[in-house]
Amino acid sequence: MSTKIVTARVGVPDSFLLSTYLDHGGYSALRKALSMTPEEVHAEVMASGMLGRGGAGFEAGRKWSMLKQDLIRYLVVNGDESEPSTFKDHLLVENDPHQLVEGTLITAYAIGATRAFIYLRGEFALGLERVQTAINEAYAYGAIGANIFGSGFSIDLVLQPGAGAYICGEETALIESLEGKRGFPRIKPPYFPAVIGLYGAPTIVNNVETMSNVPWIITNGGKAFAALGKGRSTGTRLFALSGDVMNPGNYELEMTSKTFRELIYDPELGGGLKDGRSVKAVIPGGVSAPWIGPDNLDLPLGQDEVAQAGSMLGSGSIIVLDDHSCAVRAVWRITKFFSRESCGQCTPCREGSGWIEKIMHRIELGSGTESDLDLLLDVCDNIAPGLTWPPQQTTICVLGPSIPSSVVSGIKMFRDEFMVHIKEEGCPFVH
Amino acid sequence: MSTDVSQNLVTISIDGKEIQAGKGELLIAAAEKAGVFIPRFCYHNRLPQVGMCRMCLVEVNGPRGFSLQPACYLPVADGMEVVTESEKVKKAQDGVLEYLLINHPLDCPVCDKGGECPLQDQTMAYGPGESRFAEEKRHWEKPIPISDLVLLDRERCIQCDRCTRFADVVAGDALIEFVGRGDHTEINVFPDRPFSSYFSGNTVQICPVGALTAVPYRFKARPWDLSQVESSCTTCSMGCRIMVQSSQNELTRYLGLDADSINHGWLCDKGRFGHEAINSSDRLTAPLVRKGDSFVETTWAGALELISSKVSSAKAAGDPNRIGFILGARLTNEDIYSWVKLAKGVIGSDSVDSQLGDGLKGEVIASLSRATINEAVSAKAILAFTGDIKEEVPVLFLRLREAVKSGWTKIATIGTHGSSLDKLSEVTASVSVDQLQLLAKELMKESSKFPEIAKLFTNQGVGADGEGLVVLLGRENLAWDQSIVEAFALELSRALPRAKFLVTLHSSNFAGSVDLGAVPGMLPGRLPLESASSAARQKWAGLPDRAGRGVKEMLAAALQGELDVLFLVGSDPREDYVDSALANSALDQVGFVVSVDTFLSQSSAKSDLVLPASSFAEKSGTTTNLEGRVLTLNQKVAPKGLCRPDWAIASEIALELGDDLGFDSAAGVLDEIAEVSPLHWGLSWKRLVKSSAIEGMMIPISATSLSIRPKAMLDEISTPGIASVWDQGLPSSKTAYVENGASSEDDQLAGEPSSQAGAGTVEPKWRLAPVQPLGFMNLAYSRKLYSQGEHLRNSAHLVRLAVEPKCRVSSKTAEKLGLSSGGSVLIADKAGGEGQFELEVDDSVPNDTVELVRGSFTIPGFSPVRSDETVNYVKVERA
Repeated sequence: MSTKIVTARVGVPDSFLLSTYLDHGGYSALRKALSMTPEEVHAEVMASGMLGRGGAGFEAGRKWSMLKQDLIRYLVVNGDESEPSTFKDHLLVENDPHQLVEGTLITAYAIGATRAFIYLRGEFALGLERVQTAINEAYAYGAIGANIFGSGFSIDLVLQPGAGAYICGEETALIESLEGKRGFPRIKPPYFPAVIGLYGAPTIVNNVETMSNVPWIITNGGKAFAALGKGRSTGTRLFALSGDVMNPGNYELEMTSKTFRELIYDPELGGGLKDGRSVKAVIPGGVSAPWIGPDNLDLPLGQDEVAQAGSMLGSGSIIVLDDHSCAVRAVWRITKFFSRESCGQCTPCREGSGWIEKIMHRIELGSGTESDLDLLLDVCDNIAPGLTWPPQQTTICVLGPSIPSSVVSGIKMFRDEFMVHIKEEGCPFVH
Repeated sequence: MSTDVSQNLVTISIDGKEIQAGKGELLIAAAEKAGVFIPRFCYHNRLPQVGMCRMCLVEVNGPRGFSLQPACYLPVADGMEVVTESEKVKKAQDGVLEYLLINHPLDCPVCDKGGECPLQDQTMAYGPGESRFAEEKRHWEKPIPISDLVLLDRERCIQCDRCTRFADVVAGDALIEFVGRGDHTEINVFPDRPFSSYFSGNTVQICPVGALTAVPYRFKARPWDLSQVESSCTTCSMGCRIMVQSSQNELTRYLGLDADSINHGWLCDKGRFGHEAINSSDRLTAPLVRKGDSFVETTWAGALELISSKVSSAKAAGDPNRIGFILGARLTNEDIYSWVKLAKGVIGSDSVDSQLGDGLKGEVIASLSRATINEAVSAKAILAFTGDIKEEVPVLFLRLREAVKSGWTKIATIGTHGSSLDKLSEVTASVSVDQLQLLAKELMKESSKFPEIAKLFTNQGVGADGEGLVVLLGRENLAWDQSIVEAFALELSRALPRAKFLVTLHSSNFAGSVDLGAVPGMLPGRLPLESASSAARQKWAGLPDRAGRGVKEMLAAALQGELDVLFLVGSDPREDYVDSALANSALDQVGFVVSVDTFLSQSSAKSDLVLPASSFAEKSGTTTNLEGRVLTLNQKVAPKGLCRPDWAIASEIALELGDDLGFDSAAGVLDEIAEVSPLHWGLSWKRLVKSSAIEGMMIPISATSLSIRPKAMLDEISTPGIASVWDQGLPSSKTAYVENGASSEDDQLAGEPSSQAGAGTVEPKWRLAPVQPLGFMNLAYSRKLYSQGEHLRNSAHLVRLAVEPKCRVSSKTAEKLGLSSGGSVLIADKAGGEGQFELEVDDSVPNDTVELVRGSFTIPGFSPVRSDETVNYVKVERA
């Protein structure tokens, strides 16, 4: 059995309660961290080489090093998990909220934060309840608040529910929302949160899964973490597998230890596809990522390995499309999501997302033309010039260049299928 | 504001050309100055940048090579390489424009903005030839009213965030916001909360499409039918620079001009939409003479003859001060000078006044050290003892708000009741009359009764001698006699000799009136009667041999039957004098009243002779704003009917009396002013128009004021609708809109002023405040922006906003009265006059105080302020 870090207690009865957590050694990592200097804690995380688990995959320890030294500094935990098919943080906040709280507190100590916030997706009703209960329990236990465990370190931790906008998962939009404003992403530069973040103060924004790994790293050491995985991909990752597989769900795997094929077909994992069906395409890393084809199924599940194939591991969500599913319809559904969730701030994304969705819908319904394909690519090109990966952008944030990914992949990989929709004036698939 | 810019210059290259730019300057502005126009929609030079429309994307070299960056968001840095004309940039601009147009209705033929529309113009210049969008466009109900003056068409909106930024950041009225997501993002108001801002018209002005339109201008004209001149708004004393536009001899619209020292392009709605009154069909158009209870039209010749005979016989009676002159606030400097010359020089009467109990004595204003607006907004600290700035000088409120929000200055406000300035103030203190004298003497002492003020000022670095302090001085509460405010100001300027004063009275040309001698005892140039300049002695037929009366004394004299002839030149004491009961009974006793007016006001309707005067925009001239800045006013339309400019009417009367005032144009009057008044020395029409038209000229003129030559750039996208009137077509940066070529002999000042301008020191005269009589309440009496007057009543759209006749009290006071909002009270003044008012509970009013709004009611016999009271109290009872 491979190492489980963040899901070690998933399945334990009442895993979300403080008593259960304590029975499993909970908060000993925090005690240990508080006996170390903040620099030592930071060094352990640096040594772990842990990449951020939110999607961009930036090394967490290095991110912390970029935090501007200032009197007031904030730590914000991003739990606004809203990308279709991404549901790993959902599992963590409901099943092990204390692990998240403990990781957050250790991080706050390491970076010298004066206050920490957990911004949780508003639709996570149970998750919000459990995290708030965990925070309340931790306050009572002395793990949060003034003079934590007598160490002299004090911090408050605030839970803030989101209000239902996908864009608030973007860290600067999240900060705006946390400040009580409309969730509009800020322009970088100059608004790198580590320099100008929440209320203008230097801020570190880390993902729920990233925070949940921290207690283990402190308990077992950064080296032990780095020993898992390969290359830059250290530790484990929680993969949210969905789509046309027999066993969709969350799987925590040592990074690079499995390939896409193994994840999909291993009976202990995805369990394969329905009888006689084959993989048509895989969308790794969330619907913002370019698709990969069956020829890439033997890629190991690692950060750089997927990037080299022209896509990204992103948030660790993996959608499998089998040969009975319609690529055009899939692209349309994804663009529909983006057109609904574009924040409306900058022109190319606000207008482009809606336009692309309308064209895609037209093609799926059978009233597209062949020239629509060039039009689609060009409209996409005006959001992400050159349609390269990683993308360039005419927009303020990366929601914009996320839109073309599925469109370009769909047209490139399944042009014939698009043409069938156009020529036969309708979708050949049964839905 | 730094003067030594060379220290802070960086070199950047734009399209291979090296240019110099100020460090930290935004790339879009630096490029524009260098002649490279980068298209834009959301960028506005007076708003914080947001980088939202993406129209200004250009290629900028960075660590990862060239990438597209928004020029409006990027500060220039030394060595920056910028490409604005590559294929990549062109494609991005094409793309953005195509995106902006896919949901834009293209109803240009029926859109007010058509012809002056940045979206239209930039599509022509930078956009793709045609759209590839074949789907259904987004639809909204169009248009919806978001206030009484502004309509919103959401289909046309391109979400540039200009209006919302203005409302939030500049006006502080964040009543419009983005709603929704994706391409269904719209601008809207909150439910049941209209965009009722005093500044709502500015959003129409800066909208880069036709999404926001002004109700008064809607469908009135097309840009190519308009012509325009620059002018200054005379609604209040701020002197906001405006572009006056007309079509077919009818005023259609005012647009704010961006004068850096004055209004930054902004206007209040009362100023912006006031043109409707000038177009009104109720304007006076011919001289009217009284026949019994009514008027009949007469000729100018007949009217002048009548005046001449009345004046001559009054003069013959011996005392020329039996002939009085009350000048209104809207007169130009030339009008004022001409009437002062007629009164004092020709007729020999010194009984000339220009304030209606709502101002401050001319000699007091003249003796205070004057601060400019720019000095006020950058003062170390401000002491405000003034009428509500937002109500009385609205755009000054915007300047002060910017200053406070930007941390340039801090304000302490003192007064008797709440004002809009309170929210911007660090300290607010309520003062009684008894405390004022001590406060003035001990303002900077922490041992005083108001230690918070002293502490604030000291922390801000104000000197013990007042260095760095600017006092905003006005009439905080008209229930207090002006002598109280005057004594306070004089005492303060004595205690803190280096403090400066910005007099924030509302009346538009009060400064010109004081400067030009439209007050008893003074001559043009703020000279006392007895020290007339040699030029005055030469140019004037004579001088008054004794001091005359102010308005209050004139009215008292009238009651005694000692006023034979009274000229009301653009003034309406029956409605506007604070003690309207006194004004009404006094005016009834005057032998012969001549009104020079634009409408039949309460006063002119009861006059014996009414002369029709040219209105704003029907005559040229100058006005002086509250800081002493002389600004040009230009004629745009022909006067209605037989209307004449006020200065010309005075000139005609003089001729009829056998004297020639000696000028036949407004420019000629100004020339004589510059000769006669040492304060106006160096001023000429030519210089005003040529040198620094947009900013006007501060008087007295100094050599430096001539050498500073702000080159006003006109960003056609910031204020659509100005450049298009002159020059239809594509936007560009070529329009240096005021050419200020440094040149020529007329910039050299010949000679020296004949004497030092300004009056000497005046002693503060404190009067004891009367004891509050039993059963009487404090009165808070002040004006609001939409207080009524002839002008407001004749502006078809503004009149709907007129303040209602209500009285306000705190909830505690209401409880004492046994009433709640909507209840009815009877208010009795000290002389027994009574008025019935609807009560409104408002806890910004102090306890035991009733607030009434001047200009919200006219009740015969009732005048809450009595001119013989130092402090006015009123009796309040349940009706």
